[in-house]
Amino acid sequence: MAELEVRGEEYEAQHVHSVYEEIASHFSSTRYKPWPIVEHFLKGLPDGAVGADVGCGNGKYLAVNSKVFIVGSDRSTNLVQIAKSHEPHTAIVADNLSLPHPLHSFDFAISIAVVHHLSTPARRVEAVKAILDLLLRPKSNDQPQSGGRALIYVWALEQKDSRRGWDEGHEQDVMVPWVLKGGEKVKKEKGKKRRKDDVPKPNEEERVVPVQEEKTFLRYYHLYKRGELEHDIEEAGGLVVESGYEKDNWWATAVLRGKE
Amino acid sequence: MKLLTLNFLTCAIKTCKSSPASFPLHPRDAELEVVEADLNLAFLKNILPRLMWDELRVIASELGLPALPETPPSKADLSIPSPTAPAPATTLQLDPEAIDAPENPPVVESDVEEETPSQTAVDLHRILLETCITEGKLVCGNCGHEYAVKEGVANFLLPGHLV
Repeated sequence: MAELEVRGEEYEAQHVHSVYEEIASHFSSTRYKPWPIVEHFLKGLPDGAVGADVGCGNGKYLAVNSKVFIVGSDRSTNLVQIAKSHEPHTAIVADNLSLPHPLHSFDFAISIAVVHHLSTPARRVEAVKAILDLLLRPKSNDQPQSGGRALIYVWALEQKDSRRGWDEGHEQDVMVPWVLKGGEKVKKEKGKKRRKDDVPKPNEEERVVPVQEEKTFLRYYHLYKRGELEHDIEEAGGLVVESGYEKDNWWATAVLRGKE
Repeated sequence: MKLLTLNFLTCAIKTCKSSPASFPLHPRDAELEVVEADLNLAFLKNILPRLMWDELRVIASELGLPALPETPPSKADLSIPSPTAPAPATTLQLDPEAIDAPENPPVVESDVEEETPSQTAVDLHRILLETCITEGKLVCGNCGHEYAVKEGVANFLLPGHLV
């Protein structure tokens, strides 16, 4: 029961980063349909708007609007190799807590299903702050919405109708399995398994058959409870514009809070 | 990686970001490739005010590309001025049959905002969106850290002691 491993960067390297690197190809094949609110957000941008997709994964959101310019970044080189094909955008390998962007230089930023992989409260707030710090500052303090805008999605604790079945009051820090099929391994089948009338010839004692070997990977998630994403945004210096719940996820759009 | 990306990249090391020397990152040992892409005039016009022109000029010169003009083009420079009101005198002199000919599109067409990109727009599009770094390094002018570019992908992961 007791969590013996100390959560933080090393923990995430083992329980998040290395897992995505391993499952990249299979994961990507299951991630192609954009979530409607994200799609709507991206399609509503003017031509030539510039944004960042922090934790872009296989780049499924880079495919939504080819009239804006998005610099997608992800920790997984294997996923970025898949993401880079989406024109006219760019995909780079970067850590979401050490993003290589000038501060306050983007019209918009999205980070979809990413912040919930950070394993301490402080690191989650830091991740949200890193997203907000990309946004253009508002033109004046009393017009916070004139600056850049971020859209953040995280997995919800409250999802009792999903196949995972988590709900209010459950443990928020969980390990979620990813079952990787395939990885065809060649197994040698002994001659004794043959049918009786199957006359074995010399040097044909073994034959080779492919079998599907299953491997399960566990990824760390912090499941967000109601109000928690908004709290993290406020804590990180942001102002929540809109927020809601969609398909087992909490989402929010945010701008930078003007300085007092 | 398109050169436009460099307009939005700096060193990943937090302490470098406050130093002007960290922007832009300097390409080193770069291999370039031109990948043709559709030109979107509205995109170019909207992106124009965001371009760090002096820094892009530095990058273009470091890569041995043709020099960018000293001052950035204006939005108006990016399209060929659409013909203003048609000259009625000449139109009237035309043989009526010719009006229906495809060479003489009806006047209403000019209401449609179909602008033609100028050579300036084509050149800018070529440099920013079609010229890509495929291999090489990007170097921070402040701390000297080198980020590798492989197969068109720049890697900004830092070794533990620099995080």
